Amino acid sequence: MTTQALLQVLASGLLMGLIYALIAVGLSLIFGLMDVVNFAHGEFLMTAMYVVFGMFLFTAIDPVLLVPVAAAALFVVGAAAYLGVVRFAMRAKANQGMVQIFATFGLATLMQGAAQYFLTPDYRSIGNSWLGGKTLNLAGVFLPWPQIFGGLVSIAAFGGLYLLMSRTDFGKALEATREDQGAVALVGIDRNRVFALGWGLGAALVGLAGAVLAIFYYIHPQVGATFGLIAYVTVALGGFGSVFGALAAGVIVGLVEALTAALLPPAMKSIGIYTLYLGIVFIRPSGLFGKL
Amino acid sequence: MTTDVLPFPPATGLLPRRRNQLLVAAAVFAAIALIPFLVRDVYLQNVLVLTLLYAAVSQSWNILGGYCGQISLGHALYFGIGAYATSVLFVTYGVVPWGGMLVGGVLSAAIALLLGYPCFRLKGHYFSIATIVIAEIGLVLVHNWDFVGGALGIQWPFGSDSWWTLQFARDKVPYVHLALGLLAITWFVTFLIEGSRWGYWWRAVKDNPEAAESLGVEIFHSKMAAAAVSAFFTAVGGSFYASFLAYIDPESVMSFRFSLLFALPAVLGGIGTLWGPVVGAAILIPLTEITRSYLGGSGSGIDLIIYGGLIMLVSLAKPEGLLSLFRRKPKAEARS
Amino acid sequence: MSTDTLLTVANVTRRFGGLVANSNVSMTVHRGEMLGLIGPNGAGKSTLFNLIAGTFPPNEGRILFEGQDITGLPAPARCRLGIARTFQVPRSFDSMSVLDNVMVGAFAKVPGSHAARRTAIETLDFCSLAHRTEASAGDLTPPEKRRLEVARALATKPKLLLLDEVMTGLTPSEARLGVELVRKVRDQGVTVIMVEHVMEIVMPLVDRAVVLNLGKVLAEGKPKDVVRDDAVITAYLGERHRAA
Repeated sequence: MTTQALLQVLASGLLMGLIYALIAVGLSLIFGLMDVVNFAHGEFLMTAMYVVFGMFLFTAIDPVLLVPVAAAALFVVGAAAYLGVVRFAMRAKANQGMVQIFATFGLATLMQGAAQYFLTPDYRSIGNSWLGGKTLNLAGVFLPWPQIFGGLVSIAAFGGLYLLMSRTDFGKALEATREDQGAVALVGIDRNRVFALGWGLGAALVGLAGAVLAIFYYIHPQVGATFGLIAYVTVALGGFGSVFGALAAGVIVGLVEALTAALLPPAMKSIGIYTLYLGIVFIRPSGLFGKL
Repeated sequence: MTTDVLPFPPATGLLPRRRNQLLVAAAVFAAIALIPFLVRDVYLQNVLVLTLLYAAVSQSWNILGGYCGQISLGHALYFGIGAYATSVLFVTYGVVPWGGMLVGGVLSAAIALLLGYPCFRLKGHYFSIATIVIAEIGLVLVHNWDFVGGALGIQWPFGSDSWWTLQFARDKVPYVHLALGLLAITWFVTFLIEGSRWGYWWRAVKDNPEAAESLGVEIFHSKMAAAAVSAFFTAVGGSFYASFLAYIDPESVMSFRFSLLFALPAVLGGIGTLWGPVVGAAILIPLTEITRSYLGGSGSGIDLIIYGGLIMLVSLAKPEGLLSLFRRKPKAEARS
Repeated sequence: MSTDTLLTVANVTRRFGGLVANSNVSMTVHRGEMLGLIGPNGAGKSTLFNLIAGTFPPNEGRILFEGQDITGLPAPARCRLGIARTFQVPRSFDSMSVLDNVMVGAFAKVPGSHAARRTAIETLDFCSLAHRTEASAGDLTPPEKRRLEVARALATKPKLLLLDEVMTGLTPSEARLGVELVRKVRDQGVTVIMVEHVMEIVMPLVDRAVVLNLGKVLAEGKPKDVVRDDAVITAYLGERHRAA
């Protein structure tokens, strides 16, 4: 591999990795908050992609401008999923972990089915957007603008998340709830409200990622499954609950995937990250940055 | 689980409640065996075959997931190993499917043991996600392995109907009986295990591993044993499925959808129970198959809406499964 | 009471990170005796308990059971040798019936389910839980759960039974029944180590007491001597007992 080609691989891997981190961070945030793995996370992503696609279709507003709209829409979806489903799953007396897995799995399947039924299983894509199909030539390394935009959105989102967690009352309430669920009730924080907002926030983050992906990726009812699995791998790699572990793990996943794709046949491109994931959790059962 | 109160248990022989369970099972399975003679519609017979198959494989999943509490979402791997071992042995080497069943089962159990070493160190969600990832790796490898047909899969040759090669082109009834036999065997094996030391140990591991250890339960061995048995019968199910379809490709036997389909009936009917997977499959499979054919072809999404809705509803409203609705009457049953 | 040694804890140290939970602890337990393990909160009682039961190994020192070095043995192996325990916070198998819970214990020594069932039924009867045999363990009241813990441990046919605060949280009348049960267990020839907070219960019951403080053995001897020991009074028993 020439230096040029290697740089190309690393740069596109890095950009994709930042997007993966953005997909994964909401999942990690929710887990850190309340020990629930949302198996419908990929379907949240799919929903965001369809939201952007639909808005673009009917209003012709460019997807770049729709990014905040997708985040807002997903905030509502996330909070609704908590209030309508997960809240009840947490009341189970026995086998709570199992109930949570299957309740969110049920939600995922339902969302997939609904997308298929109402929006057809067709693959769709957004043509003619500001960034779609355009690339930046950086001294011979070609970077697609949508991915660059995605990387920037991701960095901005992590920056915002950092400020939110460290500077605001809501961030402190989140942190406190993460640390000790019992104690927060004593100081008058409404757990349910924090959880609902946490789910909203987690979903809004994946909404950002979905809006970015909608610019350059095919949109279809199963799209969540692919990215969902990458998100679980990323989160497990970074350590469940670790927000900045997700950032590091996302970048690692992006780089490893790009390298595998360059070295192995395209059909095998996911082998690299899966193997990496297994290798790491077998050595460190709670991920790279896990607290467990 | 409920157990009978017996001030003076018999030294040998079956307890009355266990004996009654056997009698009920025999009656249920005998009744099912008669269905294909009454319902001649080939489509409905097909649905019946699938229902029995999913009940059997879900029962196998239940051994590890329901009794031992290790939620695997990668059982499609073992199903695929059974299907592929049988197909390759039959199509390439002319080994009859009965042999393939055994080879696939043993191979799967061996792989489950091998994977168990690292995987059973993982807890909770980490374990479940690792099982998904491993099954996905298996799927990608099979896709790219030309010896087993790659993405194209394996077509079984057409031959005359025979119990030897398990090929029945004209008549579905033998498949019903084969699937029923598989279900009866997995049910009976689970029944035997449930009453044995392993069954108690597995449930103890699921409920509280620390307490189990203090009572002499070797947790790792328990999980390994459950995984091996579970993988064996899942592979036998895959083997049967291959001969039923007479054509397999990676997506049609190993996709993630199958891992989910093996867990769902057990979850729906009642995890860690003898009849849960059967009840769950009896509701889930006909419902989705029939809505699929009457409310639009496969891919309309209706089946997914029904799965998803049902699973969500049951796991929220009746986490112990639908069987628990009837759980208040065990006494009447035990007294007979 | 025989002077035959059943358990020897020799110079055992256990650290958690920087914290030394047990420091150079040594003690012996004689066959057939009832030993009280007491000390204020954080004295290292639970750690010592877990070291004997095999929940985790010590950093230094050795543990001998019937003369055999069991320092490196994990909990299940120790259970088969004859060490059983209860948990401070009851850990019942909540999806199983009371009988099934106890059968898990019985299977430690007998492989067959008929024999295990028989052992379990006898044990439940012995622990006055026969009337709850069929109940789901999750539905038991807190005192019943404690009894279940004892029954489950006894079903493993132990030589040494470790009781971790089995009387805590019981009403006086429930505690009296508990004391009765523990006496019965000892009369069966089982050696008992009790960790207990409630002095009024444990002192009349045990033959000998070991007092831990700050991870070290502070005093050891007959209950009536231990309660008069000045160091013990200052460290642990405090004003309340001096007044009493």
